[in-house]
Amino acid sequence: MPELKAVAGRIAVVREREADQPHSPVAVFGKDQPLQLDAGVELSPFQVAYQTYGALNADRSNAVLIGHALTGDQHVFNRHPVTGKSGWWDTMVGPGKPIDTNRYYVICPNVLGACMGTTGPASTDPRTGVPWGLDFPVITIRDMVRAQAMLLDRLGIDTLFAVAGGSMGGMQVLQWAASYPQRVFAALPIACATRHSAQNIAFHEVGRQAVMADPDWRGGRYFAETVSPRRGLAVARMGAHITYLSDAALHRKFGRKFQGRDNPTFSFDADFEVESYLRHQGSSFVERFDANSYLYLTRAMDYFDLAADCEGVLASAFKATTTRFCVISFTSDWLFPTSESRAIVHALNAAGARVSFAEIATDKGHDAFLLDEPELFQIVAGFLDSAAAARGIAKG
Amino acid sequence: MLSRIRRDLTMAEAARGPGNARVDHLLVADMIEPRSRVLDVGCGDGELLKLLESRGVDGRGIELSREGVNECVAKGLAVIQGDADTDLVDYPDDAFDYVVLSQTLQATRHPRAVLEHMLRIGRHAVVSFPNFGHWRIRLLLLFGGRMPQTDNLPHTWYDTPNIHFCTIKDFRDLCITVGVKMERALALNAWGRPLRLHAPWWFWNLFGEQAVFLLSRR
Repeated sequence: MPELKAVAGRIAVVREREADQPHSPVAVFGKDQPLQLDAGVELSPFQVAYQTYGALNADRSNAVLIGHALTGDQHVFNRHPVTGKSGWWDTMVGPGKPIDTNRYYVICPNVLGACMGTTGPASTDPRTGVPWGLDFPVITIRDMVRAQAMLLDRLGIDTLFAVAGGSMGGMQVLQWAASYPQRVFAALPIACATRHSAQNIAFHEVGRQAVMADPDWRGGRYFAETVSPRRGLAVARMGAHITYLSDAALHRKFGRKFQGRDNPTFSFDADFEVESYLRHQGSSFVERFDANSYLYLTRAMDYFDLAADCEGVLASAFKATTTRFCVISFTSDWLFPTSESRAIVHALNAAGARVSFAEIATDKGHDAFLLDEPELFQIVAGFLDSAAAARGIAKG
Repeated sequence: MLSRIRRDLTMAEAARGPGNARVDHLLVADMIEPRSRVLDVGCGDGELLKLLESRGVDGRGIELSREGVNECVAKGLAVIQGDADTDLVDYPDDAFDYVVLSQTLQATRHPRAVLEHMLRIGRHAVVSFPNFGHWRIRLLLLFGGRMPQTDNLPHTWYDTPNIHFCTIKDFRDLCITVGVKMERALALNAWGRPLRLHAPWWFWNLFGEQAVFLLSRR
């Protein structure tokens, strides 16, 4: 066990370094380019870490921006610098994949508030020389997208061919289409919603309270005391992870099977396979993720409500849009159920937008967008192909 | 459900015209001005939408079956999963130039409401449907004494998506009741080829297996 702990410690050190000096290109925005936040304050200086794949064409017309989910990052299909695992969307993105890097120039920025190199609570506050912690301003999805737009300006990309993403990434897609309609040719929001539901805010609050209830959280200043709220964050992750799956998927994977034994131990050990699986999910998550970042990003999702920005009329968010949309949901996703995607489609129809909507039959729950779903790949590839033809992007 | 009807027609080897397009689709497409905005309600596998897009039409579709929708989206068509009976209400007035309902009317729960929505959303409506007044169906009922089953309409009465069959005369009456203008009408034989023009309604009603109507607001 001490050995394992030492490995975990090393991973945590690597991760802490990533927050300021990531294994990714970084765009630094100095005092002359502050980020205006919805909270009414400016963030300056700040930086955005990002990965790119493929090549930008001569017209600069083939850029695809990918928004990552709550606990994702910019490492879409390369080896992860902290965990050593393969990229989180390597089923979808890569040479010959639906988001084909032979054809498109793929950019994935680490979102504002995250902990993999873009400025967030784990980054060093230049005024104090220690991590921001809870001194970091509360941010929104719109703030994340503003920072991404500044990154694109820096990269000299005026118009995105497409913006794609699932879950919190899908929220970024919708925000892009609403905030910068003239900069988005095609939009692919997957397994998301135009506002976070009360149930989802409730789940997030349970996760945050688990973190804050851990004595090692130390009011968000754990970094100063070289501890971290591992147990709290692990519990938050365990709870959240259940919401990413489905009853059917859990039953198929684990059922009521015991872990490495035939009989119950009549104790509170992880008797069941499903318990042991969740504990593993929790403990591996805390190695690669910052607890305060988890608080800030869940909060940003909670605050997301596109209609609220348009006096309650969602269709106004997409008024006169020329963006092509492809909205996708999954039958067994109870975190962002199909009814949420239908609300997006209704609003887009009311705005006269060109919209496709497909619901994919799967029992894998919300996480289906990250998994091997051939129908998802077919639809994404077909949608992007026809949009690329309309945009005049040469085949890869 | 809707796509099943489409497949039945294909099974009956609907006649093919230039570019291998189905003749009944070509007739529908001929009623639509090029470069207009069209909503195809119950668009099946998207064949008609593809044909319309090849004519410069800005086409959108609604389809009930998940497989149909996913096939369309994978082809790059702007199609959403939805139900003619419940989802047309979400479209704003005058959103389209034409709303097409091809071989689907008889499968809707509220045909009149669907027709009214079509002409609210679009300036024109194109409706095609199987004619239950065709002589063969009349004979089947008269002499067989059972609900008719034909090559084009092969379902048993207890397992059919077609819950609102009508004849050409019935549909004409509905158009009059709803107060819509019948701009053009065509009766087609079993293979989708048009019967002779300028025939009286009773002739079409007896010999047409399908009908296509172009309607507009009065």
